[in-house]
Amino acid sequence: MPAFQVSIDEGIAVITFDLPDQPVNVLNADARREFETLFSELKTDERVQAFVLRSGKPGNFIAGADIEEFTAIQTQEEAEALSRNGQEMINRVASSPKPIVAAINGTCLGGGLELALACHYRIATDDPKTQLGVPEVQLGLLPGAGGCQRLPRLIGARAALDMILTGRSVPAAKSRRLGLVDEVVPPAIMDAVARQAASRLVKRGIQKRRRPGGLMGWLLDGNPLGRRVVYAGARRQLEKKGGGHYPAPLAALNAVRTGLEKGMTEGLRVEHGKFGELAVGDVSRKLVQIFFATTALKKDDGVPPGTATPHAIENMGVVGSGFMGAAIAGTAVTKAGVGVRLKDTDLARVAGGLRAARTILDLRLKKRRISKFEHARLEALLSGTVSYDGFGLADLVIEAVFEDLDVKRSVLAEIEGALRDDAIVATNTSTIPITDIAAEASHPERVLGMHFFSPVDKMPLLEIIPGELTAPDAIATSVAFGKKMGKTVIVVGDRPGFWVNRILSPYLNEAGHLLAEGTPIDAIDRAMTRFGFPVGPLALLDEVGLDVAHKGGSVMHHAFGDRLRPADAMGKLVADKRQGRKNGRGFYLYRKGHKQGPDESVYSLLGVRAADAVSPETIEQRLVYCLLNEAAMALAEGVVRCPRDGDIGAIFGFGFPPFRGGPLRMIDDLGPAKVVGVLRALEAAFGPRFAPAQGLVEMAQRGDKYYPTAA
Amino acid sequence: MATQGEGLSTMTTAPAGRRVALISGIRTPFAKAGTAFRDVAPVRLARYVAKELLYRTDLRGSEVDEVIFGQVVPSVLTPNVAREVSLLPQFPRTVPAFSLNRACASAAQAITSGHDQIALGHADVVLAGGVESLSQVPILHSRRFSELLVQASKARSVGARLGTFLRLRPRDLIPIAPAIAEPSTGQSMGQSAEKMAKENDISRDAQDRFALMSHHRAAAATADGRLTAEIVPWLDVREGEDVITTDNGIRPDTTLEALAKLRPVFDRRYGTVTAGNSSPLTDGAAAVILMAEEKAHALGHEPLAFIRSYAVSAVDPAWQLLMGPAFAVPTALERAGIGWRDLGVVEIHEAFAAQVLSNEQAWGSTEWATRLGRSEPVGEVDWDQTNVMGGSIAIGHPFGATGARVVTTLANEMKRRDAQFGLVSICAQGGMGFALVLELA
Repeated sequence: MPAFQVSIDEGIAVITFDLPDQPVNVLNADARREFETLFSELKTDERVQAFVLRSGKPGNFIAGADIEEFTAIQTQEEAEALSRNGQEMINRVASSPKPIVAAINGTCLGGGLELALACHYRIATDDPKTQLGVPEVQLGLLPGAGGCQRLPRLIGARAALDMILTGRSVPAAKSRRLGLVDEVVPPAIMDAVARQAASRLVKRGIQKRRRPGGLMGWLLDGNPLGRRVVYAGARRQLEKKGGGHYPAPLAALNAVRTGLEKGMTEGLRVEHGKFGELAVGDVSRKLVQIFFATTALKKDDGVPPGTATPHAIENMGVVGSGFMGAAIAGTAVTKAGVGVRLKDTDLARVAGGLRAARTILDLRLKKRRISKFEHARLEALLSGTVSYDGFGLADLVIEAVFEDLDVKRSVLAEIEGALRDDAIVATNTSTIPITDIAAEASHPERVLGMHFFSPVDKMPLLEIIPGELTAPDAIATSVAFGKKMGKTVIVVGDRPGFWVNRILSPYLNEAGHLLAEGTPIDAIDRAMTRFGFPVGPLALLDEVGLDVAHKGGSVMHHAFGDRLRPADAMGKLVADKRQGRKNGRGFYLYRKGHKQGPDESVYSLLGVRAADAVSPETIEQRLVYCLLNEAAMALAEGVVRCPRDGDIGAIFGFGFPPFRGGPLRMIDDLGPAKVVGVLRALEAAFGPRFAPAQGLVEMAQRGDKYYPTAA
Repeated sequence: MATQGEGLSTMTTAPAGRRVALISGIRTPFAKAGTAFRDVAPVRLARYVAKELLYRTDLRGSEVDEVIFGQVVPSVLTPNVAREVSLLPQFPRTVPAFSLNRACASAAQAITSGHDQIALGHADVVLAGGVESLSQVPILHSRRFSELLVQASKARSVGARLGTFLRLRPRDLIPIAPAIAEPSTGQSMGQSAEKMAKENDISRDAQDRFALMSHHRAAAATADGRLTAEIVPWLDVREGEDVITTDNGIRPDTTLEALAKLRPVFDRRYGTVTAGNSSPLTDGAAAVILMAEEKAHALGHEPLAFIRSYAVSAVDPAWQLLMGPAFAVPTALERAGIGWRDLGVVEIHEAFAAQVLSNEQAWGSTEWATRLGRSEPVGEVDWDQTNVMGGSIAIGHPFGATGARVVTTLANEMKRRDAQFGLVSICAQGGMGFALVLELA
């Protein structure tokens, strides 16, 4: 079946792109070839005076290039050729003497937008699904089919760099403001308007465009001097944000700059040259792997395929209107659009929880992500109670009460008393085994754990923990609902700390040990941000709360023995009433809630003198390798189902550097033998907590990898 | 006086069709206008009460076939408040809704309109209620200012637009607030109550004693939770503000002396009607769930009561404006096929003490019975089973909502007392009267 259908009527050839058997259009090799053949024929067809390019997919124009194709690329030359060929194809579209109108309904991304940019007129629909963008940098690439050239020429350097360097897409209305599209119309009249536009372009000829943006636009985008300011600003921001780990945005900036200052030809040359470098580079490889892993997780029901049916969630209850409960309620309303009834023991607490939940919604309104009408609708989904009235309507209840087994058990009994038999109960815990909580439940098969990370509305990961008796349907339902809440969901084993806190535990302990040896706070944190973490371990402890972390730490110590024994330093700090950011006392100083420098009084409290005795390399090694080791152990215990889940959990759960692919991927890259070697050396120097995992030793002996098929 | 007040409807049969059950009813706290709900739009009050009613009844919005709300002073921005209620996300977007106005009996009318839809078989489940915000009544511009605004909007140039506004005079800017006065007579409610007090010889002391009883009973019912059980706490408060759980007009410690000190408002010299023995301007919302009897059984809901009969009447507003119930009540009883003696609980809306006492007088009078062509009086009010939790004087009176409050209170009290029959009586603006008979389920 062809991917392109053509109908010619009154001199206008309407080309409809509809890739057979695919949910969205991608410009794979076959589609490109077919398009080129078709287009060269039609260009010389006398019946045709103009073109309309549209999609036959609902909610999608063109999703971009075929990413599978990238992974097959072996050499830089191949990658460069892929980009160059794309540029040439799109150049032929741009230079067509017969005008082409792009009619965009739905997502228009990457190569799809680059193709649309080469057209002579763009119409977008006002459907909320219509989003335009070049997300390539998110995969460690750059828009390599002329996007770095045509986008700044159309909308100016500032706006183009904003889109290219962040990879963020823009909705139709903003596209119109930016000058990215010429018209925004309702979907029902898009085709008619596109035909009109095509006829108009035939009559009046293709007009030269004026640069948008007025005086400010000229000052910053319209002359070389102003653009230098823009480039310098962009570079500064990238260096601050990427820490030098991500080459793609800088390469894209280079391609844009070259094109604007030295002309299109030179720009395209830099563009495909850089694309070639990036595409075979390690960072892009890792980011593409993560992309595939998250895509696979989106399709994963959390149980073996075909073993369970997820139920729809329309109404949910949240018990406990504290910090977590309120944030879960607010996120569920905002993202999943379900009715949420928040329950707590007294009205003032419920009212406070509802207020906190609403702030999540209010923020979306403030950021104009939702209209005030949508805001009013979503806000009305929230309600509160001090009894369990209305819980009979709940399909799912998430309990987020105090972290105490007896409390959680008695609350679970209360909840079960108010629920229908087919409703699910999830407990939000980070330390208590689900099986213990469900031990006295009348229906343990519908009880499971949902471990949210704080702040719930921002953290992308959700761990779902089936207890011993949890039914597959309950797992599948909560996994599906977690995705509806916008989370990346991994199903993890009911072991202390689950996955994320388990592998974080030795890492945070080690930071404590280092500190106790007199390693300066900022030296520890700096080593890890240099490694690629968004924040260092001590800054992370301040965010989590030292008291919370210490409590979790002792649970882990109790469960796993001295390997996970927290540093004594932590206990001393907690005894000094240091709770981190929330009470403004931690490893760092806080002024009006803003983090300042390290709190020097920590050293005297611990009775040490800060000295840079340990090299940054050693700091990094000690912190990273204990984490890798723990990940290997936990995986072997079955805490995660597969290395993919483990790596995604580490990246989305606590910001393990994405360009390193996750702890298990990193072990593969280093080679298990090397990891074992380093761990042995650390064990000799610092003690048995570094003793390599048995599984790791065996892998090293056999020469196995976690991802045996990876390129 | 013979021609006035002969508002008796000619229909005297009991409602036909399916039996209609009252399943549940709740309300927001009632707050004196300009206090707790001064910043809360009436549509918000209405949506809040409807949403809570669904949750408390464990009822899915998709089961509801119609939403009916009463509102006496609607907002121009949300003229059909019922539809805004049925557009709550708890309902599918396909539930039809209408708003209505039968003055102070609006929510009661919503209930009977819902009853009719169910009885006819047009609906199985109806959410009926009412709302009023007298904190947020629309304030109108003067006619001349409105005209200038329209002209200015049509002006073709800035100059012309400015020219239009230059014709504006300061007095054009004086806003017009809707008054609680009869358009046909210009008489305010209070003046009418004053007239009734004089013509029916209701003393100041009797009125004050009645008001005192209303406050004391409402205070007791608040303290022991009978009244608060019907109230959903208002949780949408700002940080530092208390959740609102009770009506703020009830004065538990008021005394006869304190009431006696108040000056008459409507006739400063010879008057007896004071702010103390009248119902205050109030904000609030109330609603009930009605179901066809068989539907209630199918969904597993226990009915509180059934609607046995109802009646409405109207009198000449220039006569005794609030005497409508004197006609509506005997009709409703007749349609129910019962006598006053069969009633175990009675709820009378207290617009003014003078009005309640005038109605009582009429019901108990042989002369009145003769006028109605009856052989004996309608009945003697037994205050031990009437307004046992106080009434509108203490609790407050959001015009559009009161009807649903009294019906709910009546049903709950009937259940507590195991009374087979109960009566609601409401006087309304425009000289109207409303009565409804409930039968215990």
